[in-house]
Amino acid sequence: MRLRFLAAALASVSFTSLASATDLEVTHWWTSGGEAAAVAEFAKAFDATGNKWVDGAIAGGGNTARPVFISRITGGDPMGATQFNHGRQAEELVEAGLMRDFTELAEKEGWKNFIRPVSLLDGCTKDGKIYCVPINIHSWQWLWLSHKAFEDAGVPVPKNWDEFVAAAPALEKAGKTPLAIGGQPWQRTGVFNVLIPAIAGKDVFLKVYQDKDETVAAGPEIAKVFKAADDARRMAAKSNVQDWNQATNLVITGQAGGQIMGDWAQGEFQVAGQVAGKDYSCLPGLGVNELISVGGDAFYFPIMKDEAKAKAQEALASVMLSPATQVAFNLKKGSVPVRGDVDLAAANDCMKKGLDILAKDNTIPDPPRLNTEDTNNQLNDLFVAFFATPSMTPEEAQKRYAEIIANAD
Amino acid sequence: MATDASRRPNSLFRNLNAKIASIPMIFTALVVFVGGTIWTVVYSFTNSRLLPRLNFVGLDQYERLWTTPRWIASIQNLLIYGTLSLIFSLLIGFLLAALLDQKIRFENTFRTIILYPFALSFIVTGLVWQWLLNPDFGVQHFVRSLGWETFTFNPLYDQSIVIYGILIAGLWQGTGLVMCLMLAGLRGIDEDIWKAARVDGIPMWKTYLFIVIPMMRPVFVTTLVIIASGIVRIYDLVVAQTSGGPGFASEVPAKYVYDYMFSAQNLGQGFAASTMMLLTVMIVVVPWAYLEFGGRNKRG
Amino acid sequence: MADVRAAAVGQADPVVAGLVEPSGPRPRRALSRRNIVIYGTLLLFSVYYLMPLYVMIVTSLKGMPEIRFGNVFAPPVEITFEPWVKAWSTACTGLNCDGLSRGFWNSVRITVPSVIISILIASVNGYALANWRFKGANIFFTILIVGAFIPYQVMIYPIVIILREMGVYGTLTGLVIVHTIFGMPINTLLFRNYFASVPEELFKAARVDGAGFWAIYFRIMLPMSLPIFVVSMIIQVTGIWNDFLFGVVYTRPETYPMTVQLNNIVNSVQGVKEYNVNMAATLLTGLVPLVIYFISGKLFVRGIAAGAVKG
Repeated sequence: MRLRFLAAALASVSFTSLASATDLEVTHWWTSGGEAAAVAEFAKAFDATGNKWVDGAIAGGGNTARPVFISRITGGDPMGATQFNHGRQAEELVEAGLMRDFTELAEKEGWKNFIRPVSLLDGCTKDGKIYCVPINIHSWQWLWLSHKAFEDAGVPVPKNWDEFVAAAPALEKAGKTPLAIGGQPWQRTGVFNVLIPAIAGKDVFLKVYQDKDETVAAGPEIAKVFKAADDARRMAAKSNVQDWNQATNLVITGQAGGQIMGDWAQGEFQVAGQVAGKDYSCLPGLGVNELISVGGDAFYFPIMKDEAKAKAQEALASVMLSPATQVAFNLKKGSVPVRGDVDLAAANDCMKKGLDILAKDNTIPDPPRLNTEDTNNQLNDLFVAFFATPSMTPEEAQKRYAEIIANAD
Repeated sequence: MATDASRRPNSLFRNLNAKIASIPMIFTALVVFVGGTIWTVVYSFTNSRLLPRLNFVGLDQYERLWTTPRWIASIQNLLIYGTLSLIFSLLIGFLLAALLDQKIRFENTFRTIILYPFALSFIVTGLVWQWLLNPDFGVQHFVRSLGWETFTFNPLYDQSIVIYGILIAGLWQGTGLVMCLMLAGLRGIDEDIWKAARVDGIPMWKTYLFIVIPMMRPVFVTTLVIIASGIVRIYDLVVAQTSGGPGFASEVPAKYVYDYMFSAQNLGQGFAASTMMLLTVMIVVVPWAYLEFGGRNKRG
Repeated sequence: MADVRAAAVGQADPVVAGLVEPSGPRPRRALSRRNIVIYGTLLLFSVYYLMPLYVMIVTSLKGMPEIRFGNVFAPPVEITFEPWVKAWSTACTGLNCDGLSRGFWNSVRITVPSVIISILIASVNGYALANWRFKGANIFFTILIVGAFIPYQVMIYPIVIILREMGVYGTLTGLVIVHTIFGMPINTLLFRNYFASVPEELFKAARVDGAGFWAIYFRIMLPMSLPIFVVSMIIQVTGIWNDFLFGVVYTRPETYPMTVQLNNIVNSVQGVKEYNVNMAATLLTGLVPLVIYFISGKLFVRGIAAGAVKG
């Protein structure tokens, strides 16, 4: 009796191991409530293929996590797969031949046919070969507004940036922080990068970041952007939080009027059970210039010697792009799927707005994709100083800004 | 302690066991410290980004370094923090040690209280003091709730005083050890000296200042080295407490190095900054270390 | 001069014997003004040192609403151990919701071998430097001491390369090597100073009896260097247990030490910052070094006296 039970147990154990339950360690920096819920969808789908997702989350954002990923990969102890923002962050790792080439799989599964916009795949391509799997489309150009905060202040919810600036005094009087900006450097640069296309338009944005045109960066159009940034600085003067989702939480609870943040903030509203259009509003392009940037997260797969792990990597890559996983993941994450052929009936108002703009192809590339991390960091340094130092004039800041652009490559 | 061996003519096999036993030390000194330093300096003249590459660009990285406002601010912050930290650590440490040395009761209790923060990491220290100095919950809120409505003490969000907020936390963690070292030094002073001073009618503060402290020179040197090496390396505390903010007001050089090497993926810039840090350290430490340890077989 | 006197005093505990007794001016008995000043100052400083610990403890025992509306110094109205349970076993980072518990055992696995190996090596170094000085030894030692000033961040990359070449990157062995390397300067200094103050006669007598390098180390030096081993142990245990940088860079997620998980928990904000859980997690992480420190506090002071005073 007992023996038979044991034999059965043994059989089942050996059976599952025969089905090659390969452990694959996946590293990423998604630790907020919405993010963790989204990444769980990936893990679930991957585990369903008979493999095992070993979660390697590192908290504190990309700037904390990326150095760890990079030293792991260059130190010869790579993980199975890792998140990066696609573009230039992993450029050199690819050049050094440390990353796996997925061209074959991409052709077999026809990634080019369903990934939309196609430019997304360009971010993963180097010398005609595909090195990463784009998994979502994120855009930065959103202004999130708390209906409660404006109700409390007795002013209507603004429809664009200018109305928002005009409503700031009323919000302040009601004891609210008009604009919540977290203390982390990338959030400050992000705000400025959102203001550029909204205030100065798409062409100026491209001239500065794509062509690295320093005369435009020092010119009158960008000067207007710096004036707007000055407004933002005043409105955010009392914002005492660090993390982006703490800032979002201020908006959710109505302590702050609004926040300029990417569409990932959507995930937090969702976790808090808020309804778009009723509890909060979202204004793409700050309600001024309705366009969004196309950036996002991608997974890279370091080269692994172990045959079984390599197989598991392929399984993970295809499962990440499968229609069902794409929908499940992106709904939780608040981002847009990379597949043009999935049904997004479940999408809420804000996401639909984003999809519309995407369909009209009213898009710009994401700054991190155009700049090196070095340039991004220098911009971070500038905006950290600018937002924290009321005595720093917009003119001074613009001078430094133009210098950074001039030296960028 | 000079042994006979070092006075006789040397051969490779003399003291062979000692040499074999010292292999880990020699490896660490030569390969890790010297090798690593040379490697860093060499690559600081390149334009390495994410991965180290030998593509020399001369002094470009250094020119850029010294025109970067954040680096300049980091150096200034470190100077302020370092000077104050050095002065207050020594002062408070010595004061507490002298008080504990008065044959008081509960000496062990007091000593334990003063020294325990030393067992906690800088990450923990930073988090606790961030919480204590939080304007909405911490000290400021508490004093205001006592009725002093206009009381303002907000070092974490005020650029002009944030460095003192870090100093308070740094001293909290570190003075215990200084006190301990000083106490050990005081206990090493011969009782007869006190007797003699008392007989001569020299006031206590004078005895401390002109007799005891000069006699404690070695302790002060050791303490100074320990404090100074901690100051140059300060990183975790700042990251945990303020992340360098607001603005650049609490940025420090080690953080600049880390950020540029890893998040900015500009190794060359990070190496240039770390070379500058090394250079500063060398100028101060090498002469001292040479006098202290490198000279002829000075006793001890 | 301390060691000269100590040498005359005793063998078993050469330096320390003369140092532990208070030697300052004798206090007057009564509750004099002088005593009020002394105890007053000490009490004042005690408040400064104890306040954070007190605040950590009370905050970790409060519920979130109480934290939001009360002040940090108020004792908890309603004591709850929920935050402690959460910090230990259910707080999430990404998908892993097992709190600090996993990191605790990882930290143990990292700390024990690192402490043992680094202390053994440092003590042998110190012994060789103090008693068997060979040509060039001081140069290496000077380099070592200067190395203590090098910011760790500078060494991260070269060490990645060294570990990679040795084939131990990402393994426990690699991390132990790193801790041994960075613990070496201060501990070698301590042991060197301690052994240097051992009376020379003792050493010479052993040589005359024909004892060699290892024999003297194991039979004479080791048995009488308990205090300095304790100091070294405390420094290493607290240093390694509290390490964050090496733990995050040179290991993989399944072997992350407790401090890395503490950082993960504190920084994984889900909605509002849960200060009570953060404080409980912080206390839990600091518990091991604190306990070790409280147990061996007195020995620590004696050891410091023995090792560091001579500079």
